[in-house]
Formats: sequence, structure tokens, C-alpha cells
Amino acid sequence: MVGIEYLLLVAGMGLVTYLPRWFPLFFLSRKPLPRWFIQWLELIPVAILSALVLPDLLVAGDPRQIEWIQPKSLAALPTFLFAAKTRSLGGTVLAGMLFYFLAERFLPS
Amino acid sequence: MRDSRKASVSLKEVFEAVWPICVGYFAIGAAFGVLAQKAGLKPLEIGLMSVFVFAGSAQFIAVSMLSSGAAAASVILTTFVVNIRHLLMSSSLAVHLNGCRRRFLFLYAYGITDESFAVNTTRFREGRWNAYNALAVNHIANVVWVGSTVAGGFAGQFIPAGSYGIDYALSAMFISLLVLQTRGGIYVITAILAGGCSVLLSLFVPGNMHVIVASLFGATAAFGIRAFLDGQRGGSRW
Repeated sequence: MVGIEYLLLVAGMGLVTYLPRWFPLFFLSRKPLPRWFIQWLELIPVAILSALVLPDLLVAGDPRQIEWIQPKSLAALPTFLFAAKTRSLGGTVLAGMLFYFLAERFLPS
Repeated sequence: MRDSRKASVSLKEVFEAVWPICVGYFAIGAAFGVLAQKAGLKPLEIGLMSVFVFAGSAQFIAVSMLSSGAAAASVILTTFVVNIRHLLMSSSLAVHLNGCRRRFLFLYAYGITDESFAVNTTRFREGRWNAYNALAVNHIANVVWVGSTVAGGFAGQFIPAGSYGIDYALSAMFISLLVLQTRGGIYVITAILAGGCSVLLSLFVPGNMHVIVASLFGATAAFGIRAFLDGQRGGSRW
């Protein structure tokens, strides 16, 4: 069986994860937001996507450093071009997996 | 967004949106299950953590902290810091879910992850999405995550790691969504500023605070640049 200590641990982890997910949604969606704030929020998704994906592709190792030549970064350029050309989410995911598979296979490690 | 609340779920469109997340979650979830099992967690315990927390990177960090004997309080505090970036995603989603009922928002908030946020916000922006489709994406992704982590805990060693480029599914999904979201100069500027700042910060700041700091910086700087250019041109918009 699962111990009470572990249950309290995951409940605590769950609570501190849930609150930041819920708080802005709950309070900001109650009333109309000021125009400038909406215009600022419109830039947030692109900013988050870019802030998530670039380190994922370019930064590796411990301690972290920029690695230009590794499977993830090498596969990124053709994946990016494929996405820009086709604008297809599913197609890009499959193509990206293929590019990564090839990069891993043919890059001497 | 009033119309988006009346519309119902389109399973076909939801599936088209969610399957890349499912592929990625399967790969990462199974890997997490294997790791957690090796750290001494039972499948039921793994499942409970996935249900309560539903956040990949935080769960990986928590398990590695637990196996090195960290105290519960420090695991919870670390989880909070790792997941505080959701504040920003939740704020941004509020624009699209404005006026939804409280009960709906309680359910919706649970499923906000990097991946569901990226997919849903792109479709909302394209104007072909409604709140229920988005909620369905969140919860299907959740079921796949919980299932994959538990499966990894049961049968970890039998799931081949890193085959067929599956590890790249989420990276490719983010690249594609970034391209789809970047329409027009101001978005390109935002992406370059936030991405560049994020890479630099990640080299010096441990953990993943670089994501939220770089996003705030990129969006705010681009917002300022646009306001400045609008002022110069006498109010014309990009």
C-alpha cells in the first residue's frame, strides 16, 4: 500500500503545481481585460514557445553549454524548413522524428 | 469568445491536435516510469504522482531528489519553482477562456502543460477552436501521461528507449507551433528576443527559471518596440 507520507508529498506537489495553473485563469477571465494587457498577452505564447524550444535544441550537457553540432540541433533546421513550407503540425512531427533518427544514426559520436 | 462556449467537441479535430502530444508523452512517460521504478516507487505511487502533479520535468526532478534522500518540503518547494511558469500560460489562456464558468476553469487549469498550452493557444489564435476542444486535448493528454508513466513502472525494461526518433516528437511539435504562431514582424522579434535570452540564461541559471524570465523579457521588450514604432509612425499598427 501507499504510505501516508508519500500521499502528503504528492498532494503537496499537486497543490503547488495546480495553483499557478488556476489562479490567473480564474481571476483574469472574470472581467474584460484592458486593451494594452491583451496586446501584451498576445505576445506571450510566441515568447514561451521560443524560450522553451531554443534551449531544448541548442543547449546540452552538465554543466550546460551551447552545442551547435548534435542530433537535436542538426535535425532542427530541416524540421523548421519543413514546418514553414507545409504549415502542417502532424507532418512536421513525423518529418522531425525522421530527421532526428537520421542525425542520430549518421552523426559520429 | 462567446461562440466558442456553445460549440461542442469535434473528436476528429481534437485527435488531429492531440496525437503529437500523445506520442511525445508516451515516450517521456515510459522513460519516467522506468526511472521512478528504479528509484523504488511502485506503479501505484507512480500513477498517483502523475495524477496529482501532471508535469513532466517536475516529476523527473522530484524522483531524482527522492532517490537522493531529499526532504519532502524541499521536493515540494522545487516543484513549485519548476512549475511557476504555468502562471504565464494560464494568464495568456484567460483571453481565450474569458467568461467560461468557474467549474470549467477548475477542470481546465488542471490540464495546462507546456504542450497542451502550445497546441491550444495556436488553434485559438487561428480561430478554429473552442473551449471544449481545448479541454478535451488537456484531458486526453493527461490520460496518456498517467497511463504511460504507470506502464513504464510495470514494464520499463521492455520498452525500447529512443527508437525511431520518438524522443524528438515534442521538439518537432514545438518547432512547428513556433512557426505557426510567428506571423508578422513583431512576433519574429518576440521569438528572437525570448529565445536568445532563454538560451543565454539557461547557461547560467540552474533549473528552468530561464523560461519564464526570458518569456517576460521577450514579450515586454517587443511590446515596447511596437509601442515606440507606433508612436513614430503616428499610430499605424504592424
